[in-house]
Amino acid sequence: MNSALLSTRGLTCRFGGLTAVDRVDFDVRPGQVHAILGPNGAGKSTLINLLSGELRPSEGEIHYRQRPIHGLPAHRVARLGIGRSHQKTNIFPRLSCLENCRLAARIHLGGVIASWRSRATARQVDERAEQALATCQLSHRAATPANAMSYGEQRQLQIAMVLATAPTLMLLDEPLAGMGREETARVTELLGALRGDYTLVLIEHDMDSVFALAERITVMVDGRVLETGTTDTIRGSSKVRDVYLGRHQQEEA
Amino acid sequence: MLHRYPKRVPIMMLTLTAILVLYPLWGAALIGDGSEFFLEKLTLMLILGLFAMSLDLLVGVIGLVSLGHALFFGLAGYTLAMASPSYSAASLWWMMPLVMLVSALSALVIGALVLRTRGIFFIMTTLAFGQMLYYLVSDASFTGGSDGLFIMFKPTLAIGDLTLIDLENPLHFFYFVMGVTLLAYLFLHWLIRSYFGQVLDGIHDNEHRMQALGYATYGYKLAAFVISGVLAGVAGMLAAMQYGFANPAQLGWHLSGEVLMMVILGGMGTLFGPLLGAFAYELLHYAFEHLTVYWQLLMGLTIILIVLVLPKGLAGLILDPPRFRLPGAGMKGLFRSGPAALFKARLGPALPHEHDEGRHYE
Ligand SMILES: Nc1ncnc2c1ncn2[C@@H]1O[C@H](COP(=O)(O)OP(=O)(O)OP(=O)(O)O)[C@@H](O)[C@H]1O
Ligand SMILES: [Mg+2]
Repeated sequence: MNSALLSTRGLTCRFGGLTAVDRVDFDVRPGQVHAILGPNGAGKSTLINLLSGELRPSEGEIHYRQRPIHGLPAHRVARLGIGRSHQKTNIFPRLSCLENCRLAARIHLGGVIASWRSRATARQVDERAEQALATCQLSHRAATPANAMSYGEQRQLQIAMVLATAPTLMLLDEPLAGMGREETARVTELLGALRGDYTLVLIEHDMDSVFALAERITVMVDGRVLETGTTDTIRGSSKVRDVYLGRHQQEEA
Repeated sequence: MLHRYPKRVPIMMLTLTAILVLYPLWGAALIGDGSEFFLEKLTLMLILGLFAMSLDLLVGVIGLVSLGHALFFGLAGYTLAMASPSYSAASLWWMMPLVMLVSALSALVIGALVLRTRGIFFIMTTLAFGQMLYYLVSDASFTGGSDGLFIMFKPTLAIGDLTLIDLENPLHFFYFVMGVTLLAYLFLHWLIRSYFGQVLDGIHDNEHRMQALGYATYGYKLAAFVISGVLAGVAGMLAAMQYGFANPAQLGWHLSGEVLMMVILGGMGTLFGPLLGAFAYELLHYAFEHLTVYWQLLMGLTIILIVLVLPKGLAGLILDPPRFRLPGAGMKGLFRSGPAALFKARLGPALPHEHDEGRHYE
């Protein structure tokens, strides 16, 4: 546990009678890509929302760098270096790509007042925003309003915005959802390039991408952790194959 | 970004400013005997325009619909009345900062509470605070009860014995109000395009996302609430100077509703829209009042009609002028395709379903 960047113990979230996340123990090691798999309604997004402070746990603890962060509001968690993207596209549609990223970068570089007081800081914000766009191959779209771009590009912008916050840990909720084959390949490659520089928690339904990217995988079913292990372990696990991968393959067949 | 306007907006603003500045040249010639009275009307319109702009920062820019904004307007009037000496004029040099300070402190306290609520609850709590103060000043003796308090002398604006602007002179007061309103406009114009304004814009679009990015949105909203309250207070102080009294009506929900209508009529979030909205509202009010005793009915119907036809208010007319794309060539084509086509050609761009929501002005 102590080598983990982020860990949860007994993490539970109830919505009325429904236990969406049920006593989850979850460890993310620094520098790794950790994927969360699970059928629809398994509680994956709820888990991410708990980690990012957007939901408060009903029970249990979350430790980030050995410090408790459960109960902190979302903006405090974000300031600690935990950046996230949402399952639903969540960008500022009227702002340009660059402005979207500047907004993300600014709050992590001293906020509005620092940019006002120091030109150097304002430039730093610009640079970081431009760099995030470049990483996501969106530089040519810098001045384009977000709502004028294709769906795939908007998803890329969402990743760029997380990058612009210069996070240590990135929580990405289905970054590939709804993308075409070509876009999926491109963004998978992009995420692969981030490996090593960032710690990634990745929810994803696209198996090929998950197996290509992830070092560790946690499989969730009905709010519980079914199994956690290296990619190979999960691939070989009969429990997982029965409960989840089997279902997945049946759907595809 | 959202707030990049076409050139015709500053051109229009400058033209309107010039027309107002030159009032002494055309006022008497055009209006005759009533020109003094009309000057006072214009002064009031400018004051209400300032008031409407201050509300636009909340309603249009952040998306916080307040039904208690008159609280700051009226409170400033009472501050002026109570702080003015009875038998001489106060100095604006310290009256203005005092009013701004009182407005800022009250907005800070009230904002800290109401901003904890959202949506309909925000509307209700702002209304409740407004009504609380309304009943307080209506009943208390130190505020003159329902009669209010008189302000015998307008504050002076002087350095030593040298009067800079004689505020008792209606024309000078008009110019003074215009200067203040113009300054407020420029300040707000700058503010909503600044880094701070971008954050407010982001909160309007998606507060949740802003928090996930790391913004403590509550603090930004509170800062904007205070700025808005201070500007409303300045407007309220000018109004009390103009009327010569502070009265409970100056902080009731009626006025809060009216200023909200000015903002909607003019076009939310555009700043120059609410300014125009205040003028339009007052002109309509004035015209209908003279026409019939049922003027409020007419007024209501007219406003409903304008809002239906112009969902983005008067500002929408200027930002997105109706194009007279007539069907066919010239008048002949018009007759051929009948009145329905004409209606569509005239109102087309203003009809809601033909609007793409995310339209931005560059
Ligand atoms: N705010 C909420 N209020 C009530 N129930 C909720 C809420 N959010 C999620 N749930 C429920 O919790 C369960 C888990 O939802 P969650 O969104 O975490 O699933 P998921 O694993 O992300 O699924 P998907 O793959 O479809 O995104 C679902 O049954 C969902 O209906
Ligand atoms: Mg989900």
